Order: sequence, then structure tokens, then C-alpha cells
Amino acid sequence: MPRARALARALARAVDATARVALDGASMRATCARTMTKPNDARAVATARTRARAYSVGQMVHRDVPEDNSTMTWTFEASVRPKVDAILRRYPSNYKRSAMIPLLDLAQQQNKGHLTLAMMNHIADVLEVAPIRVYEVATFYSMFNRQKMGKLHVMVCGTTPCMLRGSREIEKALEEWMGVKKFETTACGTFTLGEMECMGCCVNAPMIAVADYRNGVEGYSYNYYEDLTPQTAVKVCEALKAGKSPRVGSQIRDKAEPIKGLTTLTGDPSGPFSRDLDQIKADVDAAAAAAAAAAAAEKK
Amino acid sequence: MTRLAVARKASREAYKTLFGARAGAMRAMSAEAAPNPDTVPVTVNGQEVHVPKGVTVLYACEQAGVDVPRFCYHHKLSIAGNCRMCLVEVEKSPKPVASCAMPVMPGMNIKTTTDLVKKAREGVMEFLLINHPLDCPICDQGGECELQDQSYIFGSDRSRFTEYKRAVEDKELGPLVKTVMTRCIHCTRCVRFSTEIAGVQDMGITGRGNQAEVGTYISKLLASELSGNVIDLCPVGALTSKPFAFTARSWELEGTPSIDVTDGLGSNIRVDTRGNEVMRIVPRANEEVNEEWISDKARFSYDALKRQRLDRPMVRGSDGKLQETSWEFALDYVAEKLKATEPDAIRAVAGKLCDAESMISLKDMMNKLGASHTTPEGMANVSADVRSSYLFNSNLVGVEDADYVLLIGTNPRTEAPVLNVRLRRAVIAGGATVTSVGPNADLSYPSTHLGDTTATLEEITSGKHAVCEAIKAANNPMVIVGSELLRRADSKILLKKIHAMCDELGVVKGDWNGFNVLHDAGGTVGALDIGFVPGTSASNDVPAKLVYSLGAEEFDAPAGAFIVYQGHHGAQGASKADVILPGAAYTEKTGTYVNTEGRAQVAVASMGPVGQAKEDWRILRALSEFAGVPLPYNTHEQVHRRLAEVAPHFAKLNEVEATLWMNGATYAHEKARKADASIPFKSSVENFFMTDVISKTSATMAKCTEARNEMNA
Ligand code: SF4
Ligand code: FES
Ligand code: FES
Repeated sequence: MPRARALARALARAVDATARVALDGASMRATCARTMTKPNDARAVATARTRARAYSVGQMVHRDVPEDNSTMTWTFEASVRPKVDAILRRYPSNYKRSAMIPLLDLAQQQNKGHLTLAMMNHIADVLEVAPIRVYEVATFYSMFNRQKMGKLHVMVCGTTPCMLRGSREIEKALEEWMGVKKFETTACGTFTLGEMECMGCCVNAPMIAVADYRNGVEGYSYNYYEDLTPQTAVKVCEALKAGKSPRVGSQIRDKAEPIKGLTTLTGDPSGPFSRDLDQIKADVDAAAAAAAAAAAAEKK
Repeated sequence: MTRLAVARKASREAYKTLFGARAGAMRAMSAEAAPNPDTVPVTVNGQEVHVPKGVTVLYACEQAGVDVPRFCYHHKLSIAGNCRMCLVEVEKSPKPVASCAMPVMPGMNIKTTTDLVKKAREGVMEFLLINHPLDCPICDQGGECELQDQSYIFGSDRSRFTEYKRAVEDKELGPLVKTVMTRCIHCTRCVRFSTEIAGVQDMGITGRGNQAEVGTYISKLLASELSGNVIDLCPVGALTSKPFAFTARSWELEGTPSIDVTDGLGSNIRVDTRGNEVMRIVPRANEEVNEEWISDKARFSYDALKRQRLDRPMVRGSDGKLQETSWEFALDYVAEKLKATEPDAIRAVAGKLCDAESMISLKDMMNKLGASHTTPEGMANVSADVRSSYLFNSNLVGVEDADYVLLIGTNPRTEAPVLNVRLRRAVIAGGATVTSVGPNADLSYPSTHLGDTTATLEEITSGKHAVCEAIKAANNPMVIVGSELLRRADSKILLKKIHAMCDELGVVKGDWNGFNVLHDAGGTVGALDIGFVPGTSASNDVPAKLVYSLGAEEFDAPAGAFIVYQGHHGAQGASKADVILPGAAYTEKTGTYVNTEGRAQVAVASMGPVGQAKEDWRILRALSEFAGVPLPYNTHEQVHRRLAEVAPHFAKLNEVEATLWMNGATYAHEKARKADASIPFKSSVENFFMTDVISKTSATMAKCTEARNEMNA
């Protein structure tokens, strides 16, 4: 097929798909984004809605649904209150809003991984700010989820270093093992497969981070599993599912040292070392004493 | 040269003339500015200017007469610095700087016409247009769009962006503001306006990066009386006027400077007409009155100018129905009645929206007939002897100097939303304290409600209330009395006490007069200024036999009295009338209105009256002829001269004349009666959207009322 014609067809299809979903404003944007990249994938339209929900940064407006709407109320559990107070104490009372992110995080832990409108409203109350100020923050950061999550949120790092070291394969392996696509939750509700950008662990790339919401605020954990292969990634998840605690951090080495042992800085440093602080202090004191004496003499 | 190159060259030329040339014109002026320790010298495009310390580079450019393109910057809002359109080159700075956010340094060398600046602006513009739909042909902002204008100069004529543009869901902000959010360029002017000026923190930016959207996150209407101003602020077509949508293009409209009459502030407006139809109303800037804002009622009630209009004279026939008639017959009929009625039984009532010209004509005619019972609607027992007793003496700008504000029987948010902006600023920026005796309302800033009874007020006026100390301690204390208080039967005794309190607690001291009356309609102060109050010989002993309503909706008329209604809308007032004389609405006549601070301003007619209706003072002039007491003026200038004769400040338009404070003498002769404790103080405005005959007829205002009720339900 000549290129121009193929392009025209693809365009027509894309327009068609966009028009179809435009009827449903809720998923319109998300769907557009998908149809753009894969205009001929019929599934794109079908799954767009579920995906938009699962994707933590999916929707930038709230719509009342039975499980999350403006009539609901929410508060921190009594057992979490001391933590709330401790966080609030960190900031002066006129900068209360500084506590917004820690509180949102705490609330998300308490609520098994996601924030609802009622929770954001409650935090606005606690911080004495307008609710929109909380909505803005909660929608800005992709680590705040506003849709129901699996008990374990597995985030595959998708940034360049990890990608070069094979994060795509890891993602594929996990997709196969979980039986879901990226940004979806397994039917049993155990896992949500997600993606994150660089988590600062490139030195041990590729890596995944797992947020564990199974045990509330007390038992909450957020761990990195590094130096993965598709097999070890699945193994980590298997172990997590079985309730075990797989090794946190690199799976194959101690920290982030070169795999073949140290290649530099192998001996002891040769000095010179830091300044002799005791000597400096003595000098300063002596100078001060001399100055005081001189001043006293002058007065006389 | 290729076509493209020619076009580029042309655009460069255009750019130089637009953004470089005005500098020359300003040069002479600023050269005179002597060096001053509080100013710093900077150079803009080679020209030296002295600007105050700490101002922005953008300000310095403006001082030098150099335009800097911008989107997010607005001089009434906080600086956001997020659009980057205002980039300029500063010598020694490695990158172009955002001039709106960068403070000037002494000796800065600013350049705005270099290739670097041009390239920076073109780059910003290219990015802004990436996700902009470029749907100007179907956009109401077209023709007055900042993005359109600036892309005309800095935009490329074709795009290098081959990806898909994003689409953003439109938001539902209520019956006034239409949204097409795909057009939004995220300048956040609307967010800053609603947060900082209107004081309703509903709008924000949700999401980030390519996903960022401006909106309210939850579905919510903009619960502000000033929401329409975001339409003017939005530099693109994301927020436009819903009632105006698709009714006209901006270049088809003819603008006429006018004055808003829907509240007492006399906000400066521009009435945009096409042919003989008002298409929209927008604010004119007047720093001393409305700054740059107008209320939603002022902006959106214009649709009523086409509804339920009285467009031909009518008389009530023997069957009790109003029938059309000729001007001649109607005037003759009224004149006969006027002549046949004994003067003491004639009442004239002037409505809230009347211009001073028509009121002086009516008053002069009445006086010539020997009748002196003239009253402004609803204000039967207000004294018009001393101006300071019914004016906003501290002036509207004075509000910002106040450090203590006591509201008595008023809710400024609904009675004068634009004034409320200043009050809000006094509280938020100036740290003023606001307390209120009257309605317990959300004013959009913190205030303390003291109560709503006369007992509370009396506690304060007698110096026993706890707030008295605070008032005394304040530097610029202020009292704002609502117009509802003036309508009370016991208004005089209440005013007597308030006046005495003002002297005692230092509300009036030195050159500070903090006694303020907030009127709620455009015509009331004019009426009081020309003395449209019952004359000394007027009494209620003789029952009314003829009532002449000049646009007044509510007036007492005993059964059997002959009622003349001269006005523009068929409503409550006209339904009672025996004769209807169709007059002109405020957009259709050139008239003078005095605002609550005593500032006389002229509204110019933007179109002729509808149908057979006539300008009001002309009707009265004609009627006086029929009644055998011809008025001595034939042109608008002559009427205006007559106004200045009665009250000299009418000759000094747009100015406020300082008033004389009588140190409590105004109401001193009032007998010490008891105030009516059974009636609580309330605001004169129950429903902000419907306060006068125009806004009550407006379909848009009805929709707003409905939406507000739904929201509160
Ligand atoms: S809607 Fe208009 S005013 Fe508001 S951020 Fe967008 S472009 Fe700016
Ligand atoms: S790229 Fe994966 S952690 Fe940095
Ligand atoms: S106007 Fe300066 S950054 Fe927008």
C-alpha cells in the first residue's frame, strides 16, 4: 500500500475511534492518547476505560461514583492519630500546609493504597486549606493513587538506564505472570502492575519498587528490588504473594559495588586527613583572650 | 527571495514597529525624571529610565514605552511567571529572563528587540500553540484574543508539531462562564483571580505536565459574584461568556462608555452594541471606582433589556385593561389629572435606577405644580440635608486604608461585590478587622458576627460593647451602614446614635471620615443630592390621589389613587398603573448617576429607546408643557446645567467632593425614641442576582438564581 494511503487510513481510523469515545467524556483523553499510538488496535478502545482507572495519573477530574463521592466522610484511624500529630508538629502552625504530602501518604497507607475525595477533604480540613489545594497536590504526584489499587503495587522503573538494562523484559515477564497489562490490577486484587520513572537506583538497574498495603499503616513497606532478571522479578513477586519477605535491594550483590569486586580505592587513604580541630580551637581561644586583654588595657 | 523569507522579513519589520518604536515617543518624557534615591537607573533598548526600586523588568520596559508580550502576568494579580512569553534579554545574563518576575537591578541593560529575544518569544509561542486547537474561526475570543494577536507577530505560519494534540474535557462552571478547556494555555490567571480577588478557592490546576488541567476537580460552579471577570482575564478563548456565546464577533460591536446602575458603586462599564441591540457589557478600568472588575449582575443582566419592555404609551381602559394609545393622548390625559388634583395629594416616587436628569425634571415639574411630596423609592424618611450623612465618606479607595471595619446591616459581598474586593484586600493584605452587626454571611474573608439586633448596635453606640475599645484604638476605623437601615422606619433614630458613636469612638477624626453609607442602586444618591425628598411643606395628612412613579416598583398608593408609571420594564410598578409612559433604560439615555461616594458620572446612550419609548427627561419636559408648567430646559446640556445649579458637584464629573461632617448635628434634633427592637438588621439584597427591575427580568439572572439555589440545597 502506498504510504500516503496507509497514513490516510490510519488517520481515518484514529478519528473514528476518537469520535466513538468522545461520547464518553470520562475516558476521552486517555483513549485519545492510546489510539494515537496504536490506531489499529481494537482493544485500545475497549480497555481504555479500565486502564484509565488503573493508571494512577489517569483522570484529572473527579466524578462521583458510589464508592467515592462528595457525600462520604473519612477520618484518620485512632491508631494513626499520633503519627498525624507528630507530622503536624514538624511545621509552624502558619505553615501547616507543609504537612500535606506526608499526610496524604499516611492516609493512602491507611486506605489500602488509594486516596478518595473524602480523604482529601479531610486533610484539607486538618490543614485548614481549601480542598482544591489538596486536590492539586494529590493529582500532581503520580505516587498518590486515586483509584483502587491491588494490595501490592509493583512499579517497574521505565527510565533509560533501567530500560537499557532490560526493564521491558521484566515488565513483560510480570505481565505474563500476573495475567494483566500495565496499569491493571489482577482479578484477585493482589497486584497492581505499574510503572515509575527513575527511582534513583540506576546503579543497580533494572529494578522494581513494591508498595505493600496489606498490613495498614503499621506494616506498610515500600521496598526496592534491584539487579533483576525477568526470572528473579517473578520470583520476588511470588515470594511476596506467599507472604514471605524476599531479599530487599540488590538480588546479587551486597550494595552497589562493581560485580567483579572493587576496582578502585582498594588501599587505605594516604592523608593528609582533616585539620586538627582541637589545635584550631585553642588558637582561636588564645586570639580571643589576647583581644580581650588588649581591650581591657585600652580602657584603663 | 522565497515566499517564506519575504514573510519572515515582513514579520520582523512589523515586530520592530510594534515593539520598538514607541520607545522614541516616551524618551522625552522620562529624560526629565530627575535621579531620585528611591529609583534606580536602567537602560531599555538604549534608553535610560529611572524606575522605583524593586519593580520588575517588565515595569521598567513599560515605563520606557516598550511593550512586552505576556500571558500570565496581570498587574492586579500575583506574579506567576509560568508562561515565559515575556522573555527579554538582559546584558550579562546568560539566558533570556522572564521580565514579569525579575526585579530590576541598578544599571541593568535590557534589550527587547534583539534576535535572541525574538527567537525566545517565537520559541515560547511555538510551544504554546502545540496543544492549542487553533479553532479561532469558531472561538468567541477571536478578534480580541491575546494569543491570536501575539501569534500574529511571533507565531510561525506552519507547525513543526506532527504528534496529536491533546484534548481536555470542558468544565461546568455555571450559567455564566463557558469553558473550552482545550484552548487553555495554563496561565493561571483565572486561578489567581478566584483565589486572590474573589476569595473563593475553588479553581486550581490538577495533574501535571501534559495532563495538567485548569478546573475545580470536583464539579462545582464558581460561587462568586465576580465570576464573569475571569472571562476578561483569560487571555485565550478557554473562558468565554456563556450568554454572549456565538451572538456576535468582537469587531462588529460598537462600545459606548457607560455606568452600571445595578449597585451603588457606579462601576464604569462599556456597553457593546450591534445596531440597536446590547450584545454584552464589559468593565472599563477606573482605579478609583471599580478597578477593573464588575459584578456578574452588571455584566450579565443585559438580556433583560430586550424582555418585557414598555415600548408604547398605554392607558387603562374602562374594562380595566391596559390599552395602547398615542403619546399625545397619554400626555394630555396625565396632564389633565395633574392639573385637576390638589397639589398636596400628589406623590412622586423616583425608582432606584433613575438618572439625575429625569429626577430633576420630575421634581421641578412637581414644584411648579405646587406639589412637594417627592421621595426616592423605599427611602421615605431619609434626610438629604447633609451630604455626609448619606454618602460613603471615606471614598471607595479609602477602604484599603481602614484597619477596623464595622458593618451595620449590610452584606457588602452581595450589595457591592466590587467593593468587597477592596474590603478583602484591607483584611488579607492590610490586616484589618471586620465585625458585623447584621446578616451573618460569608464575606469571603474572616469577619466576626456580633449579632443582628438593635440591642447589639445600641450596646456599641452607647460604648458598652467590647468592640468599642478596638474601634477607639484603630487608626482608621470605618463604619459601613447598609441601605436597608435607611429604609427602616426607625432609621433616623438609629442614624442619630451611629453618628454620635462615630464622633465618640473616633470614626470621624482629623481628615479621616469613616462614616459610610453603602447604597445598593445607581439612582438613590442622585435623588438625595438633588433633594428628591419630601419638602418641608409636604405632609401625609392629605391622602394620595395621584402617584407619579418614575420607574419605582414599590410605592404606597391608596385604593382609587390615579397611578402614572413612567419606566422601561413591565413589572410590579407598571401593573398597578393607570397610565404607562414608556421610558428608556440606562443604556438608552445619556444620564448622570451619582455613586455611593458622591461621584457624579455620565452614562452615554449606546442606542435609542425601544419602540416609541423616549428619554425620560424629554417625556417630563413634554408633560410639563401639557400641564401648563413648561420646564425651562430643552437640551440635555441645559438639564445638566440645571443639575449643577441645584447641586454644584454635578458640574465636576468623575470627581468626589469632600463632604462636611456636622459632628452629630445632622440628626441631633431627632427625639430620643426607641429603635424597633423587633426587626433584626438584614441586608437589602437577599438574592444577589435579582435586585431591580432589570435583573429581575433577566433570564440569565434567573438561571444563576436557580443554579445557586441548587448548589445550596
Ligand atoms: S482558563 Fe484561561 S485564564 Fe485560566 S489558566 Fe487557562 S488560559 Fe489562563
Ligand atoms: S533508571 Fe531505573 S532507577 Fe534510575
Ligand atoms: S508574563 Fe512573564 S512569565 Fe508569563
